[in-house]
Amino acid sequence: MSVLEAPARTAATVNRYSRISLGALWSGVAVAALLVVAPAFIGESSINQLTQFFSFLILAIGWNVLAGYGGMVSIGQQAYLGVASYAVLYLSLHGVLSWWAAPIAIAFCGVLSIPISYLAFRLRGSFFAIGTWVIAEVCLLVVAQIESLGGGAGASLNDLNRFSPHTAGDVTYWVGLAIVIASLVSVALLLRSRVGLALMSIRDDELAAEATGVNVTRIKRIAYVLSATICAGAGVLLILSNLEVQPNSSFSVQYSAFMIFMVLVGGMGTFEGPIIGAIVFYALQQWLAANGAWYLIILGAVAIAVTLWLPRGVWGTVDPHNRRSLVPLRHRVTVASHLESEE
Amino acid sequence: MVWTNAVVQGLLLGGLYALFSVGLSLMFGVMRFVNLAHGDFSVLAAYAAYVLVEHAGGTPLWTFAAVIPLAAAVGFVLQRFILDRALAAGDLSPLLVTFGLSIVIQSALQQGFGANNLSLFLGPLSYQSWKITNTLYLGRLEVIVFVVAVALISGLQLFLARTQPGRLLRATADNPRAAALSGVNPRRVRALATAIALATVAIGGLFLAMRTSFTPTSGSNDLIFAFEAVIIGGLGSLWGTLLGGLILGVAQTVGSQINPADGVLAGHLVFLAVLAYRPQGILSQRSLA
Amino acid sequence: MTMLRLEGVTANYGHLRALEEMSLSLDEGEILAVLGANGAGKSTLLSLISGELKPSNGKVFFNEVDITHLDPYRRVRQGIALVPEGRHLFASLTVEENLLVGGSTRRAGSWSLDAVYELFPFIKERRRSRGGQLSGGEQQAVAIGRALMSNPALLLLDEVSLGLAPVIVRDLYVGLRAVANEGTTLLVVEQDLTEALGVANQVLCLLDGRVVLTGSPQTLSQSQMMNAYFGDGERARTPGDR
Repeated sequence: MSVLEAPARTAATVNRYSRISLGALWSGVAVAALLVVAPAFIGESSINQLTQFFSFLILAIGWNVLAGYGGMVSIGQQAYLGVASYAVLYLSLHGVLSWWAAPIAIAFCGVLSIPISYLAFRLRGSFFAIGTWVIAEVCLLVVAQIESLGGGAGASLNDLNRFSPHTAGDVTYWVGLAIVIASLVSVALLLRSRVGLALMSIRDDELAAEATGVNVTRIKRIAYVLSATICAGAGVLLILSNLEVQPNSSFSVQYSAFMIFMVLVGGMGTFEGPIIGAIVFYALQQWLAANGAWYLIILGAVAIAVTLWLPRGVWGTVDPHNRRSLVPLRHRVTVASHLESEE
Repeated sequence: MVWTNAVVQGLLLGGLYALFSVGLSLMFGVMRFVNLAHGDFSVLAAYAAYVLVEHAGGTPLWTFAAVIPLAAAVGFVLQRFILDRALAAGDLSPLLVTFGLSIVIQSALQQGFGANNLSLFLGPLSYQSWKITNTLYLGRLEVIVFVVAVALISGLQLFLARTQPGRLLRATADNPRAAALSGVNPRRVRALATAIALATVAIGGLFLAMRTSFTPTSGSNDLIFAFEAVIIGGLGSLWGTLLGGLILGVAQTVGSQINPADGVLAGHLVFLAVLAYRPQGILSQRSLA
Repeated sequence: MTMLRLEGVTANYGHLRALEEMSLSLDEGEILAVLGANGAGKSTLLSLISGELKPSNGKVFFNEVDITHLDPYRRVRQGIALVPEGRHLFASLTVEENLLVGGSTRRAGSWSLDAVYELFPFIKERRRSRGGQLSGGEQQAVAIGRALMSNPALLLLDEVSLGLAPVIVRDLYVGLRAVANEGTTLLVVEQDLTEALGVANQVLCLLDGRVVLTGSPQTLSQSQMMNAYFGDGERARTPGDR
């Protein structure tokens, strides 16, 4: 053996997929495929219910991006919900078929959220929360002034009437499914990207993140715009399925209450949380639908209880260290080292 | 002149808004979060007064003596048993818990009283006024409310500046850790802040109920106006909050003069303008970031 | 009489072990200087005594009363006062108001506004200035005075000299000597050895969360203390070595 040993060559591979997440990915594709063909097998009213469920799921996903991953509590995301709904109405009144108007409305809201973010980011924490609400109220009041869009009384979406309710329901359903998938995919992509990593580092410790060179404001803005865009998707779906808008209901702060409930219960800052939360919320809604104001009282009480005693929500308690995540977010490093020596 | 009238009415209204904001300011100073159910507690006070008047009769004025101490007690209990726990549970928890509370309160009121507009009727005092000029009338109730509001704010300012409990509140707002190390009981200070906040907002709620009307959801607007007054005036001083309230009140009444439906919107726009061009508020040196 | 006793105290910050099975006792009237480099565990020790940190193991006794789980503000009422590192004055309150807050526990004793002004005359003329407007040395004096206002039996001082010019530090320590002469027990944590050793009658050296040297300043040699301060090489540890 020579005195000099060859340097150890180490090969490190970084694996970003875990078995669970690969399994989940394939299951997800399977579920999506099932959902796509569902209209052939289940009736019109079930399809419409699924569509309603989708809109809540989308809202939960959107709010979770901002609050769960970004650490920014907003009670004003309903602004984008309402603006998106009204944008679809406006476009349909100008000859664009509602289903084609949908992506345009979503894009419009995404763009609109950029200048709004400059205003909103003047505030932080509690003040940011109320500030977003004020902005939503301003949107409500401004839209209520526009007589051509129905003013304070609201308006209905009529251009889908030429289709049979069954067909319109199905197409709206597919639009909703597409938005759900797009939202989930965009969130997954965000989280796996450097932006997503930066975002979560900001949520955990903003000062430390800034010290490592993260442009905090830019990253937060990206989260805000994505959240707004996703919530706009819900708004689009709502008008397509309800076929009407009214300022007080389209911009209602109650949507924020729903978003908060779903994400809190499901698990803030987890990928799976919004899905679980939306299911729980929808089930509760069906169960309590007959009981009017009690439904909201229970919602509020559960939200308080969850915050105080189960702050990580269902998924966060089941998987506190994000090891069983359906979306592969971790970097798993395996190191193999070889030592060569010469005789 | 009709504009002078609008401005004067706005000032009178603004004093009332300031009353809503001082509690918000105080709680934020001591605990660094905003109670999102703040406005709903003022409405709760109004409903409590309404129920008392329904059962015991008489002019609503006596309900102050019953409702205010009750509000302070509720504030104390709220802080000790719910908000302290929320503060310990996480950064976002107080916001989420108080938002949940807001929903619970509004829905419970809706369930109990329905969505009707209610009011606390004071008899002749509600519509008597003093004539200043041919075009300028000052409603007696509005003036009384304004005077009481300013007096209360001054009193609170004196309390904070000159008394030991006030000193302890300010110290805790500056540096909670150093306060505890100086022997100050943090739980008691926080409970005191919330008790004062709820008592002042209850007074505001009762006055508002006498001036106009209230519904289960009025609390949302009360919170927003209180918040806007704080931002416009600037954090850190009660006089700033008073100024913010006055500006907001004037913006709303002048806006109403231009277009009756636009009063609230005008207030929002002034708020957004201050946010855009002077986010720290008019009187404040401190920023909110 | 033993005033302060720590028995086998272990303290953690998350996964980081800051203090390891520490025991010490402090008698009434003693002036103990706790020395050590950054990260040795000095501030942790003070946090345990003041109540801001609770140990994962072991007990803390004050006048033979178990105070291990007592909140910080309650310990002030028992007679323990901490002057925290970095002063931490109430920035928007005046000097006098800062002192008055310190006196909020109303413990019996000889310290009052006048007594504090007599101890540190240079802050008397600044009594109406806000905490945030003072110089470092003035702030430190006010911080000490604020702690004194609670008439503590045990005064804890964390890095009094930090960021201050030596001449100011000297003045502060003159004041501390006077405080000790009144009968108050002092526990002084310092990185700067000179002044601390000048006032103390007992010394404790910490390294990596353990006591490595005790004694009185008169009997300990310079090299002994240097070794204790920096460690003697063989004690170097790798991560996970505990």
